[in-house]
Order: sequence, then structure tokens, then C-alpha cells
Amino acid sequence: VTDFEAVIVGSGPAGATAAEVLTAAGWSVLVLEKGRNHLLALEPPFAPLGEMSNDELKLTRRFFLGPDPLLEPRTFRVGDGADPEVGEVNNLPSTVGGGGFHADGKLPRFREDDFAPLSAAGPVDGAAIVDWPVDYDEMEPYYAAAERAVGVAGEAGANPFASWRADPYPMPPGPDMYVAVLTSEAASRLGYHPYRAPTGVNSVEYDGRPACNNCGFCGYYGCPIEAKGDPVAPLRHALRTGRCEIRPEAYVTDVLRDGPGTRATGVRYLDGAGEAQTVSAAHVVLAAGAFETPRLLLRSGLGNPDVVGRYLQYHFQTFVLGIFDHRLHGHRGRSVTHLMDDPIVPDAAARAAAHDAGLPFLRGGIVEHGAAGHPVLEAIQTTPPGPMHSRLMVDSPMRDRMAVFTMQGEDLPQPTNRIDLDPAVKDVFGLPAGRVTYAPHRHEIACAEHWAPRLEAVMREAGAEHSFWATSPPLPGSFGDRPGSRAPVSRHIMGTARMGDDPRTSVFDRWQRLHGMENVLCTDSSVFPTSTGYGPTLTIVALAIRASRALAGLAPLESVRPA
Amino acid sequence: VPVSPDGPDRPAYLDPGSYAVVAAACERLIPAEGEHPGATALGVADYIDGLLGAFLVDPPRIWAGGPFSGRAGGAPGFAGFLPLGRFEALAWRTRIEGSRGRPEREWNGPVTGWQEQYAAGIAALGPDFATVDGAEQDRRLDAAPEFKQLLYEHACEGAYGAPEYGGNRSGAGWAAIAFPGDVQPRGYTDAEVRERP
Repeated sequence: VTDFEAVIVGSGPAGATAAEVLTAAGWSVLVLEKGRNHLLALEPPFAPLGEMSNDELKLTRRFFLGPDPLLEPRTFRVGDGADPEVGEVNNLPSTVGGGGFHADGKLPRFREDDFAPLSAAGPVDGAAIVDWPVDYDEMEPYYAAAERAVGVAGEAGANPFASWRADPYPMPPGPDMYVAVLTSEAASRLGYHPYRAPTGVNSVEYDGRPACNNCGFCGYYGCPIEAKGDPVAPLRHALRTGRCEIRPEAYVTDVLRDGPGTRATGVRYLDGAGEAQTVSAAHVVLAAGAFETPRLLLRSGLGNPDVVGRYLQYHFQTFVLGIFDHRLHGHRGRSVTHLMDDPIVPDAAARAAAHDAGLPFLRGGIVEHGAAGHPVLEAIQTTPPGPMHSRLMVDSPMRDRMAVFTMQGEDLPQPTNRIDLDPAVKDVFGLPAGRVTYAPHRHEIACAEHWAPRLEAVMREAGAEHSFWATSPPLPGSFGDRPGSRAPVSRHIMGTARMGDDPRTSVFDRWQRLHGMENVLCTDSSVFPTSTGYGPTLTIVALAIRASRALAGLAPLESVRPA
Repeated sequence: VPVSPDGPDRPAYLDPGSYAVVAAACERLIPAEGEHPGATALGVADYIDGLLGAFLVDPPRIWAGGPFSGRAGGAPGFAGFLPLGRFEALAWRTRIEGSRGRPEREWNGPVTGWQEQYAAGIAALGPDFATVDGAEQDRRLDAAPEFKQLLYEHACEGAYGAPEYGGNRSGAGWAAIAFPGDVQPRGYTDAEVRERP
């Protein structure tokens, strides 16, 4: 007899979704979360704690959502033998609700080709592109379920590149931001295809939570009024069954297993006082995110050692900035209200550029039509000290007069890009820090260099007086390529324990169960074989629904493709 | 010690001479200029004083409460500060005070705290810093580049962060740059989101 039928490591979108599905199936579930709880009361009626706020210092300067990089440093290097940089590396919130907390909630689906990139477009030298062990037609009902669970507002049919869907979105889109109307109309005039972004933010009251009131503190902030469905909705659904317990400040150090090593028996964790505890469970669900899950697997000696931690992928981000002659009030609204997929589906110019670069294709990512950040960030990152500071802050070229495109470029999987355990740096608990070794493939660089000037042309068409661009990670030899700024700022982390049918080349199987230890499941983006050019969260949730239902023995979801 | 009218039970960590040096240096980094009131009028030194002395009050002045400030409706939840967990308190004490040879703060080796960096930086700028001319102030700041950068980041936080942290006096930092600050629970109407400003 075990303490719980499942113990879930992590309470972000991956873990919260697993908790919702498994408790609905009648299972007793324990969710262990490394960080603190600022989200909701853990006793009925599970009310909000009222700790989220429109507070730039608390949320962006003082690590309110964790992890504090002093307590849990990570290290980054651009290649084997390069000098490591220590501190904050791709940190996602470490708190009840996890990474869902701070996202501005753009929730696009992947396209059919994204699940079969090798079949659709072939291999690329130096990259380990593989097809996924699941296809879009199978995923469609899980995408629909994910959109209902989180609450996604969107406009079916608005994106000409989207794959088929059986049903409309659960909610209509929210109001268009002025700045995004300017840039998306310009993009349309130049032949591109912007559309209203599917967004996990309520446009009407939904699931007992209110409509968004456009406060503008969205990306990097938790929502003070619970208009963002992720992650509060699935956690509250799970808690309401009476079969879910959430323990914050519980840092899982090891997955425990039986004598022969063929089954997991539970986990060991450190509690809020730093004392070691153990809990037994019939199943262990790993949902700590694509950085912490491989770190836990490596610590526990679990999973194919030739693959765990490898094929680390981000999105190669290209930022195109336009400065306008008037204020755009980009601080009003949902941060980003329009997307376009044009760079994902190569046009004639992109095919020609790929040919010139000696690559079979250039595949970028969604372009987010957005605005600049808040003023503390503006001041520190874009103004010099002295009289210039005060003049620039008043004139606001880098905030209120700025529009920003972010292209989330597909990052090709490479075995040398990886997370392992740092030999020297430790966290406050004495465990080895996670270490990133990463450099982009030349595909990503060629793609950024192709699209950046085209997106600048859109900015100019929209009325920008000045435009410029930069990437993260910085292009080698560029202004930004200096010590301390080489780690990608992307919080989209994927691929570090890829799933597949062959245990020799993957860590988890097509049902996201650990090869060789079938009672261990992974529901986070560690299992993604490729990164695609879309934000990962909706696909994390959809896969988590699919894998958790299968684990609980529930029938597969089905949908009917419209004729 | 100059006392901010917005700063009830302000810890007053800095001594008067140090406060004067910090205030003068911040004004040089964020000067009054046109419509911008500058660091002194915004109480930026009070913000820094509150940060360095965060643990002189309990809960420490690290994370303001929520969900609303009261400026756009609702109760003034930012006025109270949230308690830190055990490890968060360890992190913030280490960051502010330094590890000071204590083994429990040196899991990755010694850490020089902000209090120590300010003490050294203030000494480097000199006790007469507030009275020398601007060119000399610039020269001394440029001769201490790491402290200048730390001071600038804190000054920006103090100028444009929420007033409950001790700076941005009466929201004058936001007013100068036409930023409305926190707006919950009122928010913006759909028409305000769409309209040309």
C-alpha cells in the first residue's frame, strides 16, 4: 500500500494538468512543489491569496516567484571548455503554479508538419531532427480539451496556416491593442497573415473567473484577478475533488525505486525546514520543467544516460524594435494580441535564402506583435545615467513609443546542446547546479538574418521612424555577445528527455512513460523531440492530458475532422 | 536625516553623511531635467535606505503585499509587506548584508553584500561628494564603475518602482514619464486598449 496513487513533481502547467486528470479519474494525488505558495488557499474554497500585484519590483527585480539565483544558481557556457557564467539561466517561476504563472498566455497549437518535421522537410546536417511519436490528428481532441481546461480566447479560421480544428475556441478574442493594430495592418499590406492571438486570458467570465480588465501587467506577472486560466484553473479543479494535496516548499531530490530497479516506489524530498522526507506512490509523474526534470533524472541515475539532458532547445528569439512619433500605450491590454506564422511556412524568398545558405529550409517561428516593457526595465536596460536618462524617460522612445516584434524561431535539436550537473557550483541544499552547454545551429542564425530586415520593413510600413533588431542569444561577434549576456533569455525550454519509440535514442516512450520503468511518467516539455516555432505551453497541457488519461486507463479522446 | 513624507517607520539605515553622498550621486545619475523632477525630489535615496535596511523592520521590506495599492480602487494592500520564507530570508540577508564569514551563507563561497558595497562605494566617492562640482562628481563615479552600476540600478528602481518601497514619491516618477503605474482593480476599458492615444 502506498501513500498516494501518484506523486507529481512540480505544479506548473504540466503537473497541474496531470493532477486535474488523475484526480478526475478517482486517483489520490500528491503534488510536490519546490517553491512557495502565493497562488491560492489550499483549503476550501481554495480562494486566491491576494499576493499577485501590478508591482514591477516584486515580480521582475526581487524574484517573488522564484527561484532566487543566489539560492539556486545555474551555469551557462557556449561550448565545452568555454568559461561558465553563473547566476540566472532561463529561470521559470518556482512557485505553486510554476511557469504558467508568468506567461502572457499566448497558446497556439502546433501545425500538422510540426509533428513530422523529418518526413515533411528532411534532415539538416548537424541537427538531430526526428518525427514525433504522435501526430496532429491524434492530438486535436487533446488540444481542444486543453483549450477548454485553461480557457483560451481565439478566433477559429483567422490564421490561414493553422491546421484543422473540430470546434471553435471556448471564448472570442479580447480587445485588440492599438499598437498591434498598427503593426498587423501594416503586415497585411505587405502580404503577411497576422491574426488575433489565441490567448489563455478570459475575454468573458469563464469557469468562475472574471474577464480580463486589460491592466497590462501580464508577461512576467501573475494575474491579480485570476483572468489568466493557467495555472490556477487546473489546480483548483484538482483540489475540489478532495483527492489532491499540494505541498509547497518540497524539493524532490531523488526518485526512489525497488530492489531490481524496474519500478519507482516514490520520492525523497527536502521540506521547508530542509529536512529529508520520503513519500511512497504507485506512480511518479515528473513535471518539473525541461531544466529541472533532467537534473532530477541525472541525480537519480534514471533514464537513458546517452540521451538525458541532451537536445536542449529554446526558441531563437529575434527582436525587431520600432520607434514611433507618438505614444502607443502598449501598457494597456494583454501584452500581445496578434501573431503571424509566415516565417514558419517558407515563402519563395525564404526558400531562396535557405538555398543560398546551403540549408534545406529556413523555418522561423511565430511573430508576436507586442509592445515594450515597464519603466524600471526601460530605465536600467535602455538609458544611460546622466541628463540623457531623464530626457529619454520623459520622451519614452524605448517604452511608450516602441513596438516590438518577437520571432520565436525554431531551434534545431543538437546532441551537444545539453543540461548536466555542474562540477563546482551548488545550490543552497548542497546539490550540484544545473549547467547549460549551448550554441545555436547555423540554421537559426541564417533564419534570423533573413527575417529581421523583413520585419523591420513591416515596422516602417506601420509608421516607425526608426527600427533595429537584436537576437537572444546574441549573434556571435555582435554587440550583445559579451560575458554575462550569452545565455538565451527565452523561457521556452524543451527536449531534454525526448520521447520516442526506440529506447536507444529516447528517454520516454510515446505515452511519456520512462523506457524500462513504466510507472514513471513525464508530462513536461522535456519530452518534446523538436522545438517548433510555437510557444510550448498548450502542447505541454494537451500532451499531459493525453498521457495522464492513458496512465489512468481512460479511453483516448477522439474528434471528427470537419469535411 | 531627511525624512520622506511617504516613508512611515522608515528604517534609516544610512547615517546622515552617507545618505547625503548617496542622494547627491543619485541626482547626478537621474538629474532634474525639464519635466523630470530628478532623483532627489523622487526620494530615491529613501528607497535605497529602505533596501539596505530592509531587515530593520518585520516583515522585511522586500515584497510589498497585494493585490491592489488603492490608487485605482480597492484596499491599500501594497502598504503591508509579505513575510519571507526561511530560505528567502537567508538569500536576502546574504544579498544585503553579505555572508560575513558565516558558513550557512557561503554554500558557493563568500558573498559581498550590498551594505558592504555601499560602504566602500560611499568612501570612494568621498565625504565631500555632495559639495564638489558636477564634473568632479562624474569623475569620481566613473572611477568606481561597479558601484556606479549598482547605484544606477537601485536609483532606477527607486525612481520608477511602486511608492510603497520608499521612492517614486507620490508617484511623481510615473507622472513625469506619463506612466499610470498599477491600475488594478480598475484596469482599462476595451475602448482604452484600442483607441489611438
